[in-house]
Amino acid sequence: MLNVAREKLASGEVKRVLGWEKGEFWYDLTPAFFETEESLNGFVYNGFSGANLSKYLIKARDWEGKTLVFLKPCDTLSFNQLLTEHRIDREKVYVVGAGCKGMLDYNKMKKLGIRKEADVTDRQAVLLGKCLACKGKTFYAFDEVIDDEEAQKPIEVEDRFNEVKKIEALSPEERFAFWRSQLSKCIRCNACRNVCPACSCVKCVFDNPNSGVASKANPDDFEENLFHIIRAFHVAGRCTDCGECSRVCPQGIPLHLLNRKFIKDIDELYGDYQAGLEPGSRAPLVNFDKNDPDPKIVMERGENA
Amino acid sequence: MTRLTEAFDRISAAQKLYLPIEKAEQVNFDEYAPGANVRLDVTKTVKSAKDAFFPQCEDFAHFHMDGKSINVKPVAPESEPFTVFGVRACDARSFKGVLDLVFLSDPLDPYYAARREHGTLVVLACGNPEESCFCQTFGVNPAESADGDANAWIVGDTMYLKAVTEKGEKLLALLGDLLSDADDQPVEAEKARIHEEMAKLPLADLSVESLKDGAMMEEFNSPRWKDLSAACLGCGSCTFVCPTCQCYDIRDFNTGHGVQRYRCWDSCMYSDFTLMAHGSNRPTQLERFRQRFMHKLVYFPMNNDGVFSCVGCGRCVEKCPIHMNIVKVIKALGGKKHVD
Repeated sequence: MLNVAREKLASGEVKRVLGWEKGEFWYDLTPAFFETEESLNGFVYNGFSGANLSKYLIKARDWEGKTLVFLKPCDTLSFNQLLTEHRIDREKVYVVGAGCKGMLDYNKMKKLGIRKEADVTDRQAVLLGKCLACKGKTFYAFDEVIDDEEAQKPIEVEDRFNEVKKIEALSPEERFAFWRSQLSKCIRCNACRNVCPACSCVKCVFDNPNSGVASKANPDDFEENLFHIIRAFHVAGRCTDCGECSRVCPQGIPLHLLNRKFIKDIDELYGDYQAGLEPGSRAPLVNFDKNDPDPKIVMERGENA
Repeated sequence: MTRLTEAFDRISAAQKLYLPIEKAEQVNFDEYAPGANVRLDVTKTVKSAKDAFFPQCEDFAHFHMDGKSINVKPVAPESEPFTVFGVRACDARSFKGVLDLVFLSDPLDPYYAARREHGTLVVLACGNPEESCFCQTFGVNPAESADGDANAWIVGDTMYLKAVTEKGEKLLALLGDLLSDADDQPVEAEKARIHEEMAKLPLADLSVESLKDGAMMEEFNSPRWKDLSAACLGCGSCTFVCPTCQCYDIRDFNTGHGVQRYRCWDSCMYSDFTLMAHGSNRPTQLERFRQRFMHKLVYFPMNNDGVFSCVGCGRCVEKCPIHMNIVKVIKALGGKKHVD
């Protein structure tokens, strides 16, 4: 990977490389733009390169020259979705697909007393939550792929809708209690929104003093719940289920479950759909088809909940 | 320790008691009620104990519209005693060493002042400091705090308590018969052990000596800020888990038939932070990012006799989604250089 990055920088084909930089400890990699061959000495790609870099390409769009980016298979879905939404410029990006063995959750590792990747014997046990719903090892966008057999081995995945089904099976009161217990932890730091590749509005209504709904905190329970529900609605049909929201939440709120509920509903109502599978695809919610279910389905489902 | 629950029940019967409590898999300071899952074994709560004295969100007044009349109900500052039990030395320092300088100096903040007056702080020594801890960089002693009202140590199955102030003595008097006189020796041994543990931590030799007297001001235009801030998401995680971040906003919330006026924490990472009529004076994330660290390492100390507004709790180190934090900034811009 480093060789490709060095060559492309040296030849001037790309102006910068977007990757991960080593940290202070064994797990704290930071996404970084490398502009010189020398700076690439800090580049690392390992089990802690969990961050999805595709959203950073929005800012790179406005910069001079091409950006080389390393994308893992699931990151390429976000990349395609951003292309579909015209948020990034394909011409200004050189995509290198980076083979992925599944990314590690250092919190799980710490609990097991494991302090480096080399000591991991049961990778499945310490994978990031998002990797437990791995969408496979296929790259959906790339100019070049750097992969190996090890990374091609599939990850054991459960049905990603299992947790959603469990919540659906609860009574409305239990379901409300579950979400209250989770959402009451929200500190409104906006990490979920800011990391989300589908949340790419130039100015979010919640930050816009003129919107009437701008807020820096949750003044009451209602806001606490609604912020996340509104966000889930806003990204419905565009969310690729990259899982970054739950990965970055400082309070460990399983936000991806809200998005997965929408994905499950969309799949059931309109047929299976994966956002970002191909650039330019029309998501069911912004498309019309004579076979679409009648909107009254919403009322019926509400009554039967 | 078997009597600990009894002790908490007794305190909470007399006054509000805040403890590190686990709820939905996360540990934060929360009001205790019998049966709560108290986690004194967890060194770092997600949020600091700051909420106990300076809550993330607090109402100042409620305005209720009734025809043409407006009914205004101000919210009175705290007037009842309460106890925060189990804060760590870093958080205790954030109150006595940093937030008091902000909120108890002129103009005094009546809400914060009332809570400080009525709150009793019991500081628990850090038996298991974590690798992201660097309180010693800012002169905090995790084995024994001088910033709370009482100190506590857990050694084996015994909790040792020692009052520091009159408020602390009152709290211990309330526990009276649950306590018995103890020898100093186990606590002295524990303190020595904690210091040994601290010396082994990866950030043990992080120093801010070279940043004294606002030295980092010279780095204001350093090109390093661009690299350091490049991946910043502009979220508020670091500021909201931080025990010393003190910026707030006052907002009006439309309740439909009135207004709820509240104060909430603000974050210098946000695009509408200190937004003025002419626009924002920190238009890009680079400037917002720089502001946070310059405030902690330059502006605050320049205005407060050299006191840095960081206590080395390391929460930002653990919680930043992109793992950029004050340690990396100190090492990049003048502290101890990065050593591999």
